[in-house]
Amino acid sequence: MTAAPRKPARASQAEQSVLLLLFFLVTSAALLVSHNNDLLAQMGTLGTVLKNPILDAVMVSLFLANILFAYLWRAHPAVKATVALGSLLFVLPLAGRADTSLLDLSIQIMIFAALALGLNIVVGLAGLLDLGYIAFFAVGAYTWSIFASPRFSEILSYFGENPGAGATGTLALGAVSLVGGLGGYLALQRRRAEQVRPGAAWTAALGMIVALVAWFFLGRGVFTLSEQPWSLVGLGALLLLCAFVLGGQALAQARGRDVRGGLLNFSRVIAALLGVAGVFLVTRAALVLMSGQAEGLSGGINPALFWLFLALSIFTAAVVGVLIGLPVLKLKGDYLAIITLGLGEVIRVLALNLDLYSAGSQGITPVGSASVPGFNALAGRLGFEESQYNLLFLYLLVLVVIVVIMLVNARLDKSRIGRAWIAIRDDEVAAQAMGVPLLQTKLIAFATGASFAGVMGMIFAAKQTFISPESFVLNESIMVLAMVILGGMGSIPGVVLGAAVVALLRFRVLPGLGEASANVDWIPQQVNPAQLQKLIFGAILVAMMLLRPEGLLPSRRRQLELHHDDNQEDDSGQGNAGALGKGNQGDVYSPGLAPVKENDRSGGAK
Amino acid sequence: MDFATLSPFLVEVVVGGLVLGFVYAIIALGYTMVYGVLQLINFAHSEVFVTGAVVGFEVFRVLAGVNMNGYLKLLIALVAAMVIAGGLNVLIERLAYRPLRNAPKLVPLITAIGVSLILQDVLRIIEGFQGRFDLTYTLPQGFAGPFCGPDSSCAGVGSFLNTIGVRVKVTDIIVIVVSLVSLAALNYLVNRTRMGKAIRAVAQDRVTAGLMGIDANRMISATFLIGGALGGISGVLFGMKFGTVNAYSGFDPGIIAFTAAVLGGIGSIPGAVLGGLTLGVIQNLIGAMSVLGGVLGIANLEAIDASYQRIGAFIVLVLILIFKPTGLLGKSNVEKV
Repeated sequence: MTAAPRKPARASQAEQSVLLLLFFLVTSAALLVSHNNDLLAQMGTLGTVLKNPILDAVMVSLFLANILFAYLWRAHPAVKATVALGSLLFVLPLAGRADTSLLDLSIQIMIFAALALGLNIVVGLAGLLDLGYIAFFAVGAYTWSIFASPRFSEILSYFGENPGAGATGTLALGAVSLVGGLGGYLALQRRRAEQVRPGAAWTAALGMIVALVAWFFLGRGVFTLSEQPWSLVGLGALLLLCAFVLGGQALAQARGRDVRGGLLNFSRVIAALLGVAGVFLVTRAALVLMSGQAEGLSGGINPALFWLFLALSIFTAAVVGVLIGLPVLKLKGDYLAIITLGLGEVIRVLALNLDLYSAGSQGITPVGSASVPGFNALAGRLGFEESQYNLLFLYLLVLVVIVVIMLVNARLDKSRIGRAWIAIRDDEVAAQAMGVPLLQTKLIAFATGASFAGVMGMIFAAKQTFISPESFVLNESIMVLAMVILGGMGSIPGVVLGAAVVALLRFRVLPGLGEASANVDWIPQQVNPAQLQKLIFGAILVAMMLLRPEGLLPSRRRQLELHHDDNQEDDSGQGNAGALGKGNQGDVYSPGLAPVKENDRSGGAK
Repeated sequence: MDFATLSPFLVEVVVGGLVLGFVYAIIALGYTMVYGVLQLINFAHSEVFVTGAVVGFEVFRVLAGVNMNGYLKLLIALVAAMVIAGGLNVLIERLAYRPLRNAPKLVPLITAIGVSLILQDVLRIIEGFQGRFDLTYTLPQGFAGPFCGPDSSCAGVGSFLNTIGVRVKVTDIIVIVVSLVSLAALNYLVNRTRMGKAIRAVAQDRVTAGLMGIDANRMISATFLIGGALGGISGVLFGMKFGTVNAYSGFDPGIIAFTAAVLGGIGSIPGAVLGGLTLGVIQNLIGAMSVLGGVLGIANLEAIDASYQRIGAFIVLVLILIFKPTGLLGKSNVEKV
């Protein structure tokens, strides 16, 4: 008996290419037809069936599955490229021309994909659970929307009415303070404690305090707001604090300890404070000086500055990331999660309460967008209506940005810093022992993740033309986390898939189901799928963690790591063979605190 | 307003803060118990606590028409809330955390967030079926009034408070008494009983405790039961103090109570109480800032409104974690729970 030729386990490349093309053509046709209202109107009953929200959601999902299949299947590269590019550059815009909600949805998906990619760096690669991630998104959004809306002229006119002081005087004081503070900081930064005579360290510290007092009285002369009753009290409290610190140092010196380093640190802090005060004063003076132009800017700044702000929002978000990260990255695990959650909330509450800058809960509207003259002509020739130009432009922009972000992500993943992140995630102590500077590496992760969110926040503001603190609640951070978890932590295609699935569920499938079931009698209003978001995403989080913690499209490393136990013969840790205090290895003196103290010994951070 | 009227106001703020602090302390105990044993922040605890509040609301609602002593109703509400919230907590542990006992730390944490989201919607749906969202407590007769009003006779502390012009409500006294009783009961349970000893052993070293013949899983379940029961008590107290709860109102007190647990030194029972009381007072002081600002004529203070209360808790949390991550009573925290 001859053995029958074994059937190949998977279809050959050619077969899959054909299948992929076929799938692409069918779903594209379905999408194009079902989103063409004119055509649907002529089709009668079939038209109304095709318009059904559930069917619509299914068709959109199937269409987007194209791109996933183009990535997953072993088809010919040319076919893959055709399908992916054709879907994104041709079919989607074409269908979006008839139904802009489709373009809107695609932009949403890509914005969330970028957010998820950013969080993926923070959580997936560096292992830092950040529950306040959406704050960076907010920073980017507000950076642009304050300037590109009538808000800016309102701020200017407020400062025009309440100058508080002579603008030139404030500007001069601010500039002096900025230069002096920064210069002092840098000069002190270069000093090494061991090279300084004890007397010089004391001179530096006292000199800084004198500078602070001089600055204060100079400021009182220039700046009428300092005539407030609390200003002298404030100075008194500050000086008391200084005296306290200096007294402590003097006591330590009397006990024979070397206090030069402490004194230099103290002087550095005051210099930095002066520098920051300088930034505020200069900004304020600039706003007062510009207040004459409030009328002219009532529609926001020149849209051409969009590109400048695109860079600026990346920068701002990264800076905020570093500022938030600096104090809290000593912590790890659940402590870090809860504290980032807190700081994210702080940013939201500030946005809610700083009425002058963020318009509070009313939100900022209308937020402008870039106008690209050549592009508009092109879009017009392609048959788009004028109101759709901007959406199409943003769609293409987001497409470019997401490609760039994915490339950056892929490069980072393989780079030295990416490996350092993974090392930290897997074992902080070991990574440190190998010479990975902990704080610096974690800060880079935070800043990178934040900058992705920042740029997308700005685009989001331009798309919505409306920004309010509502969009940046904790729930949004959890949604982004759900995307990363669902797709697979640490895996770039996985995270994008997760973002697509979650965004589709949120913006198409659940509302579609809700709309369809709204008129069904036996489904009560309380369990309308449109309102079950929390339940569904909570269930996704739990189910994924219990059943498939590595995600839908896992990264190879993570899969190995999480299924380590499956390959072991005798690892039957029943209940109490537990990993109690997994985070407690090493010389950690608190469960939540990473062993940063070790830095000095291992020569890590310096 | 001058300082003569201001000082009773300040005393009132502090007393109110202490009452609030007791509620936070009891919630914080739920966090700290679980953390002490599993090193897991039970994010779902805030929903367990809201469940307790909802149960309390239902009991008071059902018993509203029944002619019964108000304190008996309170007792029924407390017991029902303890049983249901404790049971819920055990169920959560069994279904969501136990299978993940040996997974990396991030995994159960994310599960806890998921469970918390699920519970929020489940609570909303359950109450939504009766057409309710904001649940307003219908307290028994006599609970709503002042503890020592002008017409009621009072003695001791009550009369002292009355003479300096501080108003204390009956519910405030109930909150304090119930909290103290449950603290005493918890202290007895953890420090004097065999089960408490076993729980402490498991918290210290699960493997060794297992070798000594302690069923670690049972002890962890017991911890979750106790933590949940405390959550139930605090839920009822919270409902009585604030009057209204809804499915989403667990977030703020949950965060503040967690901060309280960290502030006191997570894993330490007296620490949780100290942290809760401190935060309660701080929060009430922040809430009173705008009044103070009005009195002292400081415009910047007047602008501080209630939404800054949460920020206050977070800032305390950040400062504590940066400067004294072991918490106030953290040194005595060698032995957890």
